[in-house]
Amino acid sequence: MWGLDAEDDRAVVVTGICGRLGRRLSRVLHRRVKVVGVDRRAFADRPRDIEHHSLDIRSKRTKDIFRHGGVRALVHLGVMHNPRDSAEDHHAWNVVAFQHLLEYAERYKVPKVVLLSSANVYGPRPDNPVFLNEEAPLLGAGPFSEIRDLVGLDQCAQSYLWRYPQTEAVILRPSHILGTVRNAPSNYLRLKVVPTLLGFDPMMQVVHQDDVVWALCAALTPGVRGIFNVGGPPPVSLSHALELLERSTVALPHRVARATIDRLFRWRVTSFPAPELDFIRYVCMVDDARARAELGYQPQHTLLETLRAVDEERWI
Amino acid sequence: MESRNALARLADVASTAVPLMERVRRTAHHAAEELKMRLLGRDFEQRIEILSTRYLDRGGDPFGFDVTTARNAAMVIAFFHRMYFRTEVFGIEHVPPGRVLLVANHSGQVPIDAAIVGSSLFFDANPPRVVRAMVEKWTATLPFVSAFFNRIGQVVGVPENARRLLEMGEVLLAFPEGIRGVSKPFEHRYQLEPFGNGFMRLAIETDTPIVPVAVIGAEEQYVSLGNLKWAARLLNLPVFPLIPQMFVPGAQLPFPTKYRIHFGEPMRFTGGPDDDDRVVADKVWLVRQTISDMLRRGLASRRSVFL
Repeated sequence: MWGLDAEDDRAVVVTGICGRLGRRLSRVLHRRVKVVGVDRRAFADRPRDIEHHSLDIRSKRTKDIFRHGGVRALVHLGVMHNPRDSAEDHHAWNVVAFQHLLEYAERYKVPKVVLLSSANVYGPRPDNPVFLNEEAPLLGAGPFSEIRDLVGLDQCAQSYLWRYPQTEAVILRPSHILGTVRNAPSNYLRLKVVPTLLGFDPMMQVVHQDDVVWALCAALTPGVRGIFNVGGPPPVSLSHALELLERSTVALPHRVARATIDRLFRWRVTSFPAPELDFIRYVCMVDDARARAELGYQPQHTLLETLRAVDEERWI
Repeated sequence: MESRNALARLADVASTAVPLMERVRRTAHHAAEELKMRLLGRDFEQRIEILSTRYLDRGGDPFGFDVTTARNAAMVIAFFHRMYFRTEVFGIEHVPPGRVLLVANHSGQVPIDAAIVGSSLFFDANPPRVVRAMVEKWTATLPFVSAFFNRIGQVVGVPENARRLLEMGEVLLAFPEGIRGVSKPFEHRYQLEPFGNGFMRLAIETDTPIVPVAVIGAEEQYVSLGNLKWAARLLNLPVFPLIPQMFVPGAQLPFPTKYRIHFGEPMRFTGGPDDDDRVVADKVWLVRQTISDMLRRGLASRRSVFL
């Protein structure tokens, strides 16, 4: 499957393995290859054959995992995006710690590095073409400066990709991942009453979490390198998506919504920062033709399955 | 016999009034049906059906074209197309199936010409097509307008979108004169402004036939005496045309001129999309000249602005 050599006993290191996506990935991988997890959280229902290190990726001890060799790939899922944490923390975690990981990968000859970035780095903008390809500039941090570390992270990986051609670096930029994951789009669609912006109804592109797991596995195939957008089923307008999910909505004028969410965020009533409203105002969709051609990526879940995945029982 | 109590009298009145009202209702309904038939034509629902299957087959339109909204918009625009401007369409059979770039002259202060070209491709072409026009980027920041434009198939004017639409086999409408064309004063009517080269590079790159379109009748819908540059600067608008009728209460609608839309034969161009400006400009000149000739011929054969 995916060209991963099962005879090879070197490990795949997965950072952020205790996240919902990390656990799903590890469950797919661990029966075929040796998996080593790195996460400061505890791995509650860890399969026995997964080796887990409860480590902060900023700590020096992370280096030990790589020092002894025997790592065939690094999959970096441990990206921090918590709007409540400070910009310094985000920078230290997302940019500095990732730089160190890349350094270890380079020094200890890890042949493959996979980063799960996001299509959000392109940013929702009124003048976006309907599908952005991989060469589009990363302008996401313009109106939403809190995510500049995510753009920085992506750029780190890009420069690594060009600087060390002997390592196969892969950057995946999926559109909104939906499922049991706790990211902003899934949380938004899980709301009982969904706020929308009066007079705006952008097209949305969503992708099922298991399709992203598939893309991550495909990215581990030897020989694959470069940047890949990962789209999902055909795009849908926000209003239609909410209709399909049978959500009740409340439409607010943009100014009112922005001011309200700003307040609520400061009062800690909501975890959505106000600039994220742009995602339900402007279009930000990706062209995943390259992933389909080179990775053989094909979303396995229909639009309805993908949308309904946010309501699934969170058993994992 | 005269009924005695009030309730019974009411029942008497009702027994005569209700059938009368029913008849009035039926007549009104019939008249409305008649009007609808005249406006929308007998095959309106079939036309909508053709469009909806066309986009459903492809898993929906990625730009957000929505058949229900388009249907409602078509019902409104049908009034202007058939009754108000009484559009006459010539040579629509020249529009080939598959991808095509319509290149038209732009005029009339308010871009109604785009809507009328769009409605003629919907009401008069067989099979009906959706005309996709490129709209200004700032319209995407306007509430309602942005959502409405998306749903009736208009897209934000960036080259990637144009390329994708043509690859999808759509009809793309371009006005190479741009804002200069639409806002020209009355004394310059039917004189083409210089054309941009972008459309030609796009057509060559995507190997798309160009259909020249001459729109006659839009120039007279609003009479502009000139452009107030200082007012435009003050209000941060691209132009501020001085239109006397705008200041007459109740006369804001355009004059009911007769629209005549001439579609020319498709033109195909070869070469490289990155050719030198002069090479591309020669091809652009050819299209501009064709439209100019079509305008001249169309104007010569027209009897009156309004009839």
